[in-house]
Amino acid sequence: MASAKSLVDSFSSVAQLASAVRSRQVSAVEVTRSQLDRIAQHDATLGCFLAVDEQGALSAAQVIDDQVRAGGGDDLLLAGVPIGIKDMICTEGLVTTAGSKILSGFVPPYDATVVAKLRAAGAVILGKLNLDEFAMGSSNENSAYKPCKNPWDLTRVPGGSSGGSAAAVAASLCPVSLGTDTGGSIRQPAALCGVTGMKPTYGRVSRYGVIAFASSLDQVGPLGRSAVDVAHTLQVMGGYDPRDATSLNQPQPDYLAATQAPLHPPGRRLRIGLPTEYFAKGLDPRVESCVRQAIATLEREGAELVDVSLPLTRHAVAIYYLVATAEASSNLSRYDGVRYGQRVTPREGELPAGQSALVEMYKRTRAAGFGPEVRRRIMLGTYVLRSGHYDAYYRRASQVRTLVARDFAQAFARCDVLMTPTSPVLPFRLGERKNDPLSMYLADVYTIGCNLAGLPGLSMPCGFVEDEGSAPLPVGVQLLGPTLRDDIVLQVAAAYQRLTDWHTRKPSLLAKDPV
Amino acid sequence: MAASDEFEPVIGLEVHVQLATRSKAFCGAQAEYGGPPNAHIDPYTLGLPGALPVLNHRTVEYAIRMGLACHCDIALKSELSRKHYFYPDLPKGYQISQFDQPICQNGFVEFMLGSERRRVGLARIHIEEDAGKNLHIPGGRTSLIDYNRAGVPLIEVVSLPEISSAEEAGEYLRALRQLVRFLGISDGNMDEGSLRCDANVSIRPRGSRTLGQRTELKNINSFKYVQKAIEHEILRQIDIVQSGGRVIMETRGWDAARGTSRSQRKKEEAHDYRYLPDPDLPPLLIDPLWLRSIAETLPKTPMQRRDQYLERLGLSPYDASVLTAERELCEFFDRVLIAAGLPPEPTELTDAQRTRAKQSANWLSSELLGLLNKDNRTITESPVSAESLGELVRYISDAVISGKQGKEVFAKMYESRETPTDIIERLGLRQISDPEIITAACRKVVDDPAMQKQVEKYKQNPKLLGFFVGKALAETQGKARPELLSEIMLRLLSEK
Repeated sequence: MASAKSLVDSFSSVAQLASAVRSRQVSAVEVTRSQLDRIAQHDATLGCFLAVDEQGALSAAQVIDDQVRAGGGDDLLLAGVPIGIKDMICTEGLVTTAGSKILSGFVPPYDATVVAKLRAAGAVILGKLNLDEFAMGSSNENSAYKPCKNPWDLTRVPGGSSGGSAAAVAASLCPVSLGTDTGGSIRQPAALCGVTGMKPTYGRVSRYGVIAFASSLDQVGPLGRSAVDVAHTLQVMGGYDPRDATSLNQPQPDYLAATQAPLHPPGRRLRIGLPTEYFAKGLDPRVESCVRQAIATLEREGAELVDVSLPLTRHAVAIYYLVATAEASSNLSRYDGVRYGQRVTPREGELPAGQSALVEMYKRTRAAGFGPEVRRRIMLGTYVLRSGHYDAYYRRASQVRTLVARDFAQAFARCDVLMTPTSPVLPFRLGERKNDPLSMYLADVYTIGCNLAGLPGLSMPCGFVEDEGSAPLPVGVQLLGPTLRDDIVLQVAAAYQRLTDWHTRKPSLLAKDPV
Repeated sequence: MAASDEFEPVIGLEVHVQLATRSKAFCGAQAEYGGPPNAHIDPYTLGLPGALPVLNHRTVEYAIRMGLACHCDIALKSELSRKHYFYPDLPKGYQISQFDQPICQNGFVEFMLGSERRRVGLARIHIEEDAGKNLHIPGGRTSLIDYNRAGVPLIEVVSLPEISSAEEAGEYLRALRQLVRFLGISDGNMDEGSLRCDANVSIRPRGSRTLGQRTELKNINSFKYVQKAIEHEILRQIDIVQSGGRVIMETRGWDAARGTSRSQRKKEEAHDYRYLPDPDLPPLLIDPLWLRSIAETLPKTPMQRRDQYLERLGLSPYDASVLTAERELCEFFDRVLIAAGLPPEPTELTDAQRTRAKQSANWLSSELLGLLNKDNRTITESPVSAESLGELVRYISDAVISGKQGKEVFAKMYESRETPTDIIERLGLRQISDPEIITAACRKVVDDPAMQKQVEKYKQNPKLLGFFVGKALAETQGKARPELLSEIMLRLLSEK
């Protein structure tokens, strides 16, 4: 019964799918069922979902069908569009764990603003997607529940932390998904899984109801099959939210219009900046070659190439890990076993002499609840914030951070967008880097500048490479725009995708799936 | 006094004031005191994953009001920071507070210590959120937590170490309570925890300029205990020093039942709060226009009222302090003055008007407050309105009725809530002030042939004037103005 090709894949965009649902060419229930079947068929192997909400999805789909049948639903931009939500984002009534044991079984009593907006637009939430615990990681191997696999090669990682979100789109388990991006957590897995993923300008999308990792860096964004789908989803989920004090009270650009605009800005040629520091030592030459070809494609279309410099790039990883760990250690203080989640209490007689039962409960709960990477970052952050260290570390890092933003601003004075590799490496093998956190941290070098400066960034596929006889593995190219210019990033991405078909490729293992 | 001749105490107070906003400091949950446990909660209050703070602007406004009333510098840009520690009543593992950039700095509080005007400097006033309450089940291994209070806005008022006795500390605290009530930012109720006090206490040789090692006293949450606990701590420190010991830096908790304090935490156990500017909240920016509008609508402070009553109205210090005890009383008094026919501020008063103001103060403080106290009523529950009381003062002052009749009328006003005009009309009490009528009545008495014997006697004994006055008064059914009548009578008799 389950088909290799998803019903959703027969629509070229989620806009088309929603329009088909609204005009009753296909029912939301049908679409949902087909996705649920597909998940049932493949996800035991892939490990994209931490929770599948079959009942909830079907009844939400039914509501939309009823609404359409009653002559309504004309304004539902995502009518019947199945969507997966990264498990960092609260969903009312649906278990939300952040990929951590400490939140196992936690059912939020409220929806994140982005989730509420998606629901209101007719989206059908299929379930919660796998991730690195509390979004800390670049391989999805830090999930406390299970690893997620790269659909292009099941022995390799999908990237992270939004590994489940990227893999689910690549494997057509859902046409769009939500991720969060603190240092590249949407763009890097999008690159490793061959999908399009975007981190909007900081403040464009509400963080209300999004579990905090590093508040000043976190941003929610969509992943999808194309820049057009990403734009469509962003249009629905973005915008000012009075419940998030860091949300920008600014009108949203028309993202969809941007994806239909020509490559070049009115009256002149597009200028693409190439930061020297992003094409440096440590970049896999095969990755570089694909990215250079993508750049050449746009150059052939008339884009002007500009060499720019971001000299502080070499400090970005250090600054990032000071700011992110400090904020994380603070944000994760609330997981104390008192009000929700897992609690571990010493048994009668087990309490060491002179120890407070309360303190012992805190220690055991947090030791059992957090995985090694999360514990490592809490310790780093706690150290960074120690009295007397604040000025030397957090304050200093915040100051340099403003200089990083200035670097970018100076570069954008000379170009419209930056084009860079997303990840310096191809998807690596599961377990290959698990015991080497430092090399894992360094792999974030191209994505974290964007978070430090609060800029919009997008990754999309730009080629495939075989690695030691593997199946073809996707390579991602990153587009970075000036602050608030999410539209130009989408404009260039969509123009590129009109010229190429890398984004339409599907992992071959799924084509060979048994019928 | 606790201090010996040899030592003088140095005291600084940290006072937490719960602000009377409708919703909490960083979310929409109700801030009201009490309620069933965990009735006033929401995702933010519980520190649920993903919940975010949004600053309640009323909290900022109230903090600014306090800062302005305390003559502080108001920072147009300040910062909200996270203060970290683990405790079950603290839902997020940190409290949002202010660290190195508080909203108000410097400033002072003025108050009366006996007849002396005192001024205690302030280091700062900052905004923070309250914690919930732990309820320990006695004997068991169970504790319950009520988060109703968690997230309720507080300001912390930190004084300089400029208080030099337990008594002064008590008066300072009373002054703060009175001030926050006047400003309408808190009910200042210590029993319900709206006002909480920690004291930093040290001693030094009398006349020394350096500060001694301080201790911090906690859990002194009633006016009675504040004074007692500080007194006790001063004596404890003197005792240590006199017996050759040294005071160590520590936090001590007051045990009210035992009347003593015990050590809670030594210096080396002090928390490292790991302050961090809250990345969920942008810097707190104050619009100068908003600041100005808060300043322009700031209610008068008790000390301003006091100065005004002393200088403009000429009241006694005692009356001034009685009438400035509560804001409602001041406002009542102001309305009495207007109703009594006095011009509003800032018009200067004539002597006659000052006399009338003093009469108004007397009627309010000794008559009305006396009755209200007896009946256990507050000024807002008074059956006599300010307007009626002012009217009564005017009738007496204009000699429409006598002072004695005034008391009679007042008693009826208090009983029946009638206006003095109605009572005076109903009882026919209006006084006769027309000299012609009074002269006629007097003549009738002194010209009465039956009276001539008495008139002759009067010439020998002027004390008989009262007799004639009484007779003439009776002729007017007691309505003639007594002073005027006796004046006229005296003149007629002297003409005889």
